Amino acid sequence: MKIPVRFIASRSAFYLFTAFAAITINFFLPRMMAGDPVTAYMQRNAGQITPEAERSLRILFGLDQDSSVWEQYSDYWQLLFSGDLGRSFSNGLAPVGDVISSALPWTLGLVGIATIVSFVLGTATGALIGWRRGSKADVIVPISTFFSTVPYFWLGLIAIAVFSSTLGWFPASHAYDKGSSPEFTADFIGQVIAHGALPAITIVIASLGGWILGMRNMMLTVLDEDYITVAQAKGMPNRRVLWNYAARNAMLPQLSSFALSIGFIVGGTIVMEMVFSYPGIGKLLLDATTAKDYPLMQGVFLIITMAVLCANILADVAYAILDPRTRQTEA
Amino acid sequence: MTTPLNLTRPASAGSPETATLRSPAASIPPKEKTFLSQLASSFAMFRNPKSLTGLVILGVFVAVALLGDVLAPYGALEKDFTALRQAPSWAHLLGTTHMGEDILSQIIYGTRGVLIVGFLAGIIGTAIAVVMGVVAGYTRGWRSESLSAITNVFLVIPGLPLIIIVASQFENPPLILIAAVLAATGWAWGARVLRAQTMSLRNRDFIQAARANGEPLHRIILVEMLPNLMAIIASSFVGTVTAAVLGLTTLAFIGVIPITNLNWGTILFWAQQNGAFPDFWWWYIPAGLCIAILGVALSLINFGIDEYVNPRLRSAGERARAMKKKGLDINETMTIVRTMTKTSTPSKQEGPK
Repeated sequence: MKIPVRFIASRSAFYLFTAFAAITINFFLPRMMAGDPVTAYMQRNAGQITPEAERSLRILFGLDQDSSVWEQYSDYWQLLFSGDLGRSFSNGLAPVGDVISSALPWTLGLVGIATIVSFVLGTATGALIGWRRGSKADVIVPISTFFSTVPYFWLGLIAIAVFSSTLGWFPASHAYDKGSSPEFTADFIGQVIAHGALPAITIVIASLGGWILGMRNMMLTVLDEDYITVAQAKGMPNRRVLWNYAARNAMLPQLSSFALSIGFIVGGTIVMEMVFSYPGIGKLLLDATTAKDYPLMQGVFLIITMAVLCANILADVAYAILDPRTRQTEA
Repeated sequence: MTTPLNLTRPASAGSPETATLRSPAASIPPKEKTFLSQLASSFAMFRNPKSLTGLVILGVFVAVALLGDVLAPYGALEKDFTALRQAPSWAHLLGTTHMGEDILSQIIYGTRGVLIVGFLAGIIGTAIAVVMGVVAGYTRGWRSESLSAITNVFLVIPGLPLIIIVASQFENPPLILIAAVLAATGWAWGARVLRAQTMSLRNRDFIQAARANGEPLHRIILVEMLPNLMAIIASSFVGTVTAAVLGLTTLAFIGVIPITNLNWGTILFWAQQNGAFPDFWWWYIPAGLCIAILGVALSLINFGIDEYVNPRLRSAGERARAMKKKGLDINETMTIVRTMTKTSTPSKQEGPK
């Protein structure tokens, strides 16, 4: 297979630009703030901060009055490249990087699995509804739309009220039972699954509607195309027409909206983690905002943006594999 | 014109088009253009059952928001310490909170907060989307590319975390600021769709003709293009409002925007803070349902607009149902042609067989 240099180059340029924009937004965010968080923090913890740590905090916050904004900006980049995201106020000055890396696997596991399940399930359902157009299956569309317009957190709260508090089927919060610590045993993995099931199911139900609707609408458009008629006229089995001809082409816009809606899904799951007290990135961000822990807020936002960009790159790769046209733009 | 030639089939009876003969349109005199008919035609995208249902539901919410002072039986924060956490009764139709506040009144007053912020965000967001989308679509070269790059960056950057961080920097953010932040993170999708549509319009004949006539740029964009973009602008407005309503209630629920701005999310915030789950259902069910119903109403409006923009969405279902009535399956194309020729009455088959 020929390597689509031009496609890769233009997409890389876009991702580099987005990463640059996100980091720049991140740099300017604390500079719009009123007040001086470092001084306030120093007063609360007098004598516990070394001068180097204080200088590092001041660079991160832009309170380094001696230097110009431009110098601060380059200092910020240098700190980032050395892997220094600052220190978290609310976690006893632990490095932000460490705090985040302890929370990240939980979110990646929960949100990643739930999102992929929802995408696959929703796309397949949408393809079938589109294929059986005008049948009773159309009812699924308004029902799933209702669930996708319901706020995530409300759905989560109701799920807890019904399935945890009343029926007692699932544990209501946290990622594993109190008193146990992460280890690779069957018992612990069982706990993780039991605790993750309810949040995951809620995310799937809440996000399914968008995929179903998008895929159904694309299927209705694609099924009207001449190549579908030709395929059927050739006597090709319907199953093959449905999945290999119609669904495969209708998938393409789904993939690009998958890439673009990841940011939105991540936003919804932040609140989900709050509702389920799930120890992931979203809960970290909310705790950081309550504690006015600016370095942690900045770090979490940066990590979320980078995660969304990575997911976008994956969606791009999938798109390029499915759609030969993107690979052939060289000609 | 003789009747057999005027063979316009009823719109629903879709079948292979071979049997249709269309008479030239000249037989129908063009309607006289009045200001009202023009105005009506620019709202044509709403003229379908789905959009109308959505608009009616939205209208009810708007009426509730406007008439809040008349409808609400109590003040929003009026406390009655003799009736705490009461289940629904005739005195309090939706029960009371832990402070004895009437929940129905809170929901009625909350509608105002939700709709004001939602519509403000929708207006600001759509304005940005129209400017960015149309300019990026009409221009070529680096201008178009850079505007579309900015749009894509805003699409990719996760909105809610950013809003949480920005909103938490303010002690008491005013409504307009909340709306502006919601709009700033919600315009990009509309801009992207508008850019694509503008790019396809740019090369149509009537735009080329206008350019050849020497019409100024602002006239080409305002008079020639915008009317053709109205459906997409409306749909992007509705989409931004939907996202803003969800965003606002989520922010209120998290507690990053002040509780003085009463909306449905604030009610849920108080419900969760004061242990309403799972026993005091009247405290949290109605507010969440209101968000969902408003969301469904807005989605219905957009379903209708989608079907207006892409008629295949509507006709596909109708055609399939019409064929089912004749005992045919739409996915069995091979049999359709044969059965159609056999069963159709000769008087209606004027076309080539």
